Amino acid sequence: MTQTSTEIAARVGEILTAHEGMEGPLLPILHAIQNAYGYVPRDALPIIAKHLNLTRAEVHGVMSFYHDFREDPAGKHVLKLCRAEACQAMGADRVAAHAQNRLGIEWHQTTKDGRITLEPVFCLGLCACAPAALVDGKVVGRVDEARLDAIIEGVR
Amino acid sequence: MKIYVPRDAAARGLGADDVAAAVLAEAARRGVTVDLVRNGSRGMVWLEPLLEVATDGGRLAFGPMTAAEVPALFDDLASHPRALGLTEELPWLMRQTRLTFARVGVIDPLSLSEYEAHGGLVGLRRALGMDSAAIVAEVTDSGLRGRGGAGFPTGIKWKTVAEAKADQKYIVCNADEGDSGTFADRMLMEGDPFTLIEGMVIAGIATGATRGYVYMRSEYPDAIEVMTEAVAIAHKVGLLGASVLGSGRTFDMEVRTGAGAYVCGEETSLLNSLEGKRGVVRAKPPLPALQGFMGKPTVVNNVISLATIPVIFERGAAFYRDFGLGRSRGTIPLQIAGNVKYGGLFEAAFGHTLGAIVNDIGGGTATGRPVKAVQVGGPLGAYFPPALFDTPFGYEEFGAKEGLIGHAGLVIFDDTADMLKQARFAMEFCAIESCGKCTPCRIGAVRGVETVDRIAKGDVAAIPLLTDLCATMKSGSLCALGGFTPYPVMSALTHFPDDFRPAMKEAAE
Repeated sequence: MTQTSTEIAARVGEILTAHEGMEGPLLPILHAIQNAYGYVPRDALPIIAKHLNLTRAEVHGVMSFYHDFREDPAGKHVLKLCRAEACQAMGADRVAAHAQNRLGIEWHQTTKDGRITLEPVFCLGLCACAPAALVDGKVVGRVDEARLDAIIEGVR
Repeated sequence: MKIYVPRDAAARGLGADDVAAAVLAEAARRGVTVDLVRNGSRGMVWLEPLLEVATDGGRLAFGPMTAAEVPALFDDLASHPRALGLTEELPWLMRQTRLTFARVGVIDPLSLSEYEAHGGLVGLRRALGMDSAAIVAEVTDSGLRGRGGAGFPTGIKWKTVAEAKADQKYIVCNADEGDSGTFADRMLMEGDPFTLIEGMVIAGIATGATRGYVYMRSEYPDAIEVMTEAVAIAHKVGLLGASVLGSGRTFDMEVRTGAGAYVCGEETSLLNSLEGKRGVVRAKPPLPALQGFMGKPTVVNNVISLATIPVIFERGAAFYRDFGLGRSRGTIPLQIAGNVKYGGLFEAAFGHTLGAIVNDIGGGTATGRPVKAVQVGGPLGAYFPPALFDTPFGYEEFGAKEGLIGHAGLVIFDDTADMLKQARFAMEFCAIESCGKCTPCRIGAVRGVETVDRIAKGDVAAIPLLTDLCATMKSGSLCALGGFTPYPVMSALTHFPDDFRPAMKEAAE
């Protein structure tokens, strides 16, 4: 699914208009574009830059600073596993290794069939029911190997 | 029949949505009318999903519930296998002093009428009748200190902003709760968002700020949803806007979402992010109180600091100040997490010893093995061994033991934990999350990982090198990320030296 530059220009233009008058609008704009496309298309950057009177490098600099913004589309489902200390204390490293094995991918990679992207996350605030995961934006607590297998089966 | 099933993320992560759906389905099947309220969490995460049924005698608790156990609720409440008795009489709740979290889990988070029925807006109405200096003095007198971790007196910060001259001032709520083991901000925003709004409005009136922002983490989708909806409701009823509650005073606010950068929990980095820039740390001075968001005087306060303001104005500064110990006044929402039997949120006056929190309140580890270490205050907090369990919970008390209370999160580890691995992780995390502005943090963290790896391979000579590196990071970094990463590293090294000498350990075995 490739987007032509005219389509992008039109849609990004609408998003920019919707954020008119906002103080410090760049993050909300990038979030809105990523919500629309699933990633931030490269062609969107010069349009944003021109609109906000920034250089393209500045917009790229902001986008690349934050872990959330993607340059390329993710897999159909995004599985985020918490790697922070509270989850470590309950075996998150073991569960993460199991996930990588099972999916045959490393962190930040997508399975060959494009179904699942695996990402680390540092804390979901579910520290009293660790290890925690975020599956397509839905939180899951006490993720052991069995629950992880069920999650993977559930999105296959 | 009135039934409560939490909408809190931890409860949802443990199946609360399935339980709620089962309640509605069973009610429909039996033709019973059920008023289902999605409340916040009472904080007993090991009992989530904790379902409550309102009765004439009070609310009855059932947990941890599963969808399959829902139908039996409609038969006989008393004999239900998950029956826990009256919620208010559960020991975990009875032992607490819930001031900031008084309404969390009790009310429907998005019902302003329930909020008011439980003491909401009393504080704001009182503040609206006071002048700026009197409001600031009340906050100062309460002894409230920054709950984000730095512990700076809130009243003094407000005074600086109140006295600054500017055409525009701001209130920024730091809701970028990135520390592992902490979830108080999340639970407050999901369970009682109007408290935070009320606290921000009072801050605005006190300092002359007319605009506010809540900077939230993208990792908290549920909290963002509740908070956004609460702000919209507050607008609609005139709690926010051109004339707050008809007082003629203006205060408006909006919710903003971060993008996964831990360092944005640091206030100057947060301000840059809010302005739409890279979340790079700013050098201080100038203080944000004088040149903050958009270069204007700005109060940057943590969620819990701001959410505690309403109760201070409702009950009075002296009431709040009378709780606590030493210079740590009032209450603190302890977040007990990691490998723990009874994990969750426990609000209490400062002063419980670390051992009491871990063993008496938390019940020890979930695995049943001995506690090896407790990391207090997030990824930048020190690892405490049981030998230091007599340390009372307070800002100065933990500082004296080369630690910090931070945002009051406690992560418990059992004896299978490898403290060298934890020290390596602290450095690795700092390297991943460093904003790159200052060298001790940007380069130091990378070298730190390498140095820990050398120690892991048996190179004991690298230990003094790690100590030296930590000293440099501690005193030479611009902010707490590089400056405090030495806390977990050095505490691991100091209190658990055997884990750093694998060669010696092997020889001994």
